[in-house]
Amino acid sequence: MANRRVPLVLLACGSFNPITNQHMRLFELAKDHMHSTGQYQVVGGIVSPVSDGYGKQGLVLAKHRIAMAKLALQSSNWVTVDEWESQQPDWTETVVTMRYHYGRILKEYEQSTGTHNNSSSNTTPLSSISPQLKLLCGADFLDTFKVPGLWLDEHVEEVAGRFGLVCVSRGRLQPERAVHESDMLSRHQRNIFLVREWVRNETSATEVRRALRRGLSVKYLIPDSVIEYIHQHNLYTEDSERRNKGTVLRPLTKQAQQPVKSLDD
Amino acid sequence: METHSITTVVLLACGSFNPITNMHLRMFELARDHLEDTGQYRVVKGIISPVGDGYKKKGLIEACHRLEMAKLATENSGWITVDYWESLQPEWVETAKVIRHHHEKLLTAEQNNDEVDTVKYTKKRRIEENYFEGSSHQKRRDSPQLMLLCGADVLESFGIPNMWKQEDIAEIVGRFGLVCITRSGNDPYKFIHQSDMLWTYRKNIHVVHRVGDQ
Repeated sequence: MANRRVPLVLLACGSFNPITNQHMRLFELAKDHMHSTGQYQVVGGIVSPVSDGYGKQGLVLAKHRIAMAKLALQSSNWVTVDEWESQQPDWTETVVTMRYHYGRILKEYEQSTGTHNNSSSNTTPLSSISPQLKLLCGADFLDTFKVPGLWLDEHVEEVAGRFGLVCVSRGRLQPERAVHESDMLSRHQRNIFLVREWVRNETSATEVRRALRRGLSVKYLIPDSVIEYIHQHNLYTEDSERRNKGTVLRPLTKQAQQPVKSLDD
Repeated sequence: METHSITTVVLLACGSFNPITNMHLRMFELARDHLEDTGQYRVVKGIISPVGDGYKKKGLIEACHRLEMAKLATENSGWITVDYWESLQPEWVETAKVIRHHHEKLLTAEQNNDEVDTVKYTKKRRIEENYFEGSSHQKRRDSPQLMLLCGADVLESFGIPNMWKQEDIAEIVGRFGLVCITRSGNDPYKFIHQSDMLWTYRKNIHVVHRVGDQ
């Protein structure tokens, strides 16, 4: 049968403050790449904006970031916005968000194939392979694994080992290096997919916010509908950029409260 | 009311547009922001002029399609337009000629606006008389100044032997002016410095740096 590929859902976690065309490009590039491996069929993409508890400077309210992401993704027939992470009162570890989505996806899958509580049924087609969830990230993401205190080792282990990563780089070899320099990532190399983006069109949301504060054009960097929304709600101003200024990122304080097991290794 | 005179500008971009991309359109946005930020210019129009099929570049699809795509891409812009003239010419047209064509078109439009206005008549005469003089004269007029919008690669192509006629470069840069978008980190000033002709007209070359890789 032609379709023996693993159904794959791509999850992108981040601020999306605001969502940019580049964020959406990551999904398209990753999809093409995963299809080209011949092993996967990308069946969905999820944009999961971080909750307000993250404590990042300049982060506007989640309801706005969600609204903008939804507007932007109106043009996509496979990438959707999920509010679960953004609605959590506290910042959620990426691995916890992945567990939530994976649980949800598996349940849907089991319901659709009837494998759940229905072991007597013989009708489950052989081609039905259970879906996977992988984390989609930009090139700089792998480097965050190295930031002391930002990630718990067992979380990196679970994200890279159990789920897997699709990482889009901007022309250079930087992600290969990040994998090479980490013993843990190297161990899961086969589960880390590096996608090369040859067209240099990187747009950082930080630059978009800066241009907006200064009254400069951001047209063609983010969708027109999102630009309209930003102006309607007067979102990115000098005031909004001062939000959370001097606040320590929630991951750093939250995880400091937990025993860091890696020191024993 | 005027504190100092603000020159209106029309930006012209020539190229294959095969197909047009957001990056092409970003160049217009960046150029307008940059020029208006100087306080000396007001950018009133952008013109995209796709090259004709006679250009014979490898992989160049038919002009009618390239024009249609450019029109679709600029539908949501309040100031960027697509012009057919260059693409309809049976033979490839030198960029200097394309600029000249658009300059004449702008002057004609200006004259039509002035037609009923007898007070402006003498000024119109002056415009015509100054027609072939340098761009310093352009700035004193009411009619918009036309500038060529391009990437750093075009500026650098001025240095490639036999690629451009020297008098065309002089006309483009000297008479009209250039807005050159470059990635930050590149140094077009060095290139301008190394060319006597570009250096002569350096004040007509506006360099705009893109932040990141926008």
